[in-house]
Amino acid sequence: MRTAYLETLYELASKDKNVYAVISDNGAIVYDKYRQDLPEQFINAGISEANMVAMAAGMAERGKIPFAYTIGAFLAYRAYEFILNDVCMMNKNVKLVGIGEGCSYSLLGASHHTIFDFAALRPLPNLTILSPASPMEVKKCVKAAYEINGPVYIRLGTNREPEVYEGDYGFEVGKGVELKSGSDVTLISTGSIVYDVLYAAKELEKQGVSTRVVNIHTITPIDEEIIIKACRETNAILTVEEHSIIGGLGSAVAELISENNLNVRFGRIGLNDFVHGYGKHDELKAANGIGVRDIVDAVMRVGY
Amino acid sequence: MGDLMTIQDRALKIRQQILKMSMGANGGHIAPSYSMTDIVAELFFDDILTYDPKKPEWEDRDYFILSKGHGVLALYAALSMAGFFPEEKLYTFGRVGSELGSLARAHSVPGVEASTGSLGHGLSYAAGIALALKKDNKKNRVYALLGDGECEEGSVWEAVMFASHNRLDNLTIIVDYNGLQAMDSLQNIMSLGDFSGKFRSFGLDAADIDGHNFDEIKEALLRAKGNAQSGSGKPMAIVAHTVKGKGISFMENVPIWHYRIPNEQELEIALKELKMTKEDLGDYEKLSYRNVI
Repeated sequence: MRTAYLETLYELASKDKNVYAVISDNGAIVYDKYRQDLPEQFINAGISEANMVAMAAGMAERGKIPFAYTIGAFLAYRAYEFILNDVCMMNKNVKLVGIGEGCSYSLLGASHHTIFDFAALRPLPNLTILSPASPMEVKKCVKAAYEINGPVYIRLGTNREPEVYEGDYGFEVGKGVELKSGSDVTLISTGSIVYDVLYAAKELEKQGVSTRVVNIHTITPIDEEIIIKACRETNAILTVEEHSIIGGLGSAVAELISENNLNVRFGRIGLNDFVHGYGKHDELKAANGIGVRDIVDAVMRVGY
Repeated sequence: MGDLMTIQDRALKIRQQILKMSMGANGGHIAPSYSMTDIVAELFFDDILTYDPKKPEWEDRDYFILSKGHGVLALYAALSMAGFFPEEKLYTFGRVGSELGSLARAHSVPGVEASTGSLGHGLSYAAGIALALKKDNKKNRVYALLGDGECEEGSVWEAVMFASHNRLDNLTIIVDYNGLQAMDSLQNIMSLGDFSGKFRSFGLDAADIDGHNFDEIKEALLRAKGNAQSGSGKPMAIVAHTVKGKGISFMENVPIWHYRIPNEQELEIALKELKMTKEDLGDYEKLSYRNVI
């Protein structure tokens, strides 16, 4: 996803001199090509996330389009109040790019995991929140963010996430994507864990459960239509996210279900309190209750 | 004739309007506005800031970012005096339906550039504007007015480092160094030591001045402009030594006046010292929240 992000940003910045890559001293060699070819459109703001965010808002005041990039946790929590006051409240054309979704920095531990960002950012005014599931979707999200004249947060994985799309597809901000049809259960998910969800769906089909998979790449504004439709057409909904169980996609879907008085079985899985342990990303997900096996088990628990 | 007013006249008028706004709303930060009144008067009315009140968002304007948002009464008064909006609008301050609040919202009031009040934001925002101007080879200047207590925020120093490293000599920091924060003196809470020296050590040009002496304010502001013209690459920090509550004797240097409105006896003294009468305040008792609540 990181590579897809940088390639797309490079492409945009090559065409539009107002596009800026702004970083908080991370990215190291991955920015080399960009720095070499577009040095005037590259700003390393140093290890100072709060300053980076408010400074980017000032740049936007003068018509620049800064893509401010750092580890999601440092953006969404450390610079939170700057995102609120300087970017969202003043409705500035700043793109906030958080790398390391969920526990993808799996060797680093709790300080570097980005698992509360949706909960923190969902209430903020004017902010579009994008959460691509695959490298191809990253490209579409970055281009879409560029087209939006206002604040956008993009949640990125790290690297080597598998592709979940077999070919090109229609992408629209605020519109979920049905990746697989099914009539018993709908799995609603976001981010790179969508790949695991598709794998779990295959397992469920083997067990005779007709499983629909919906990818929500836009957390705000969320696609109410595709979710309500799934609630009406399938017997059960399970949300799966690499985010705290509190305040993320599952919470957003729960709000929709209760406000629309939808009669559907419903369950959520996500991360509880901190992410525990170290290891490979997949190992860490499994150890923290959001592995493929956990998805299948949760469907059985919820019933359909 | 407005144009014949001296800078001293203007500063006095700003202080009078601040009192009137506050009495009308029964709220607002009087003393933090008084310590920066002379600085604002100098910026707006002595050919320092370039602006066009008919085009508040004119792209060639200079930017004034009030990072110490609590002094906004002085900014409102200056903007109205400069012609950004009629004086009557000032006296809607703090009322339901008014855009004039005790902390300002960007662009909701003509001439107000940024939503400030949460401290430690404005300088980073100003630095971003200054950087973008440099990228476009524009000559506009950016001024950020900070509180001294505000400089306890770490983000201020992130921004100072950034401005210095990026050679933003189109950026001028003015610190309203009145020595008091909400609860007590800085000396008792978080002393700043060699304050202008701190800025110098970050690579800025810095000057200590009397923030109520118009000649000294002007000289420092012109020095900042000169630094840019000579291509020094150095942002300027002006540490303006001021008196919180300047202009009303019983408010001066008394922490409680950070946010307090005079009672009837105090008001009499204040009016006298500001060369006003009670009639100048208008119908404040009837209009104020005192009688609404």
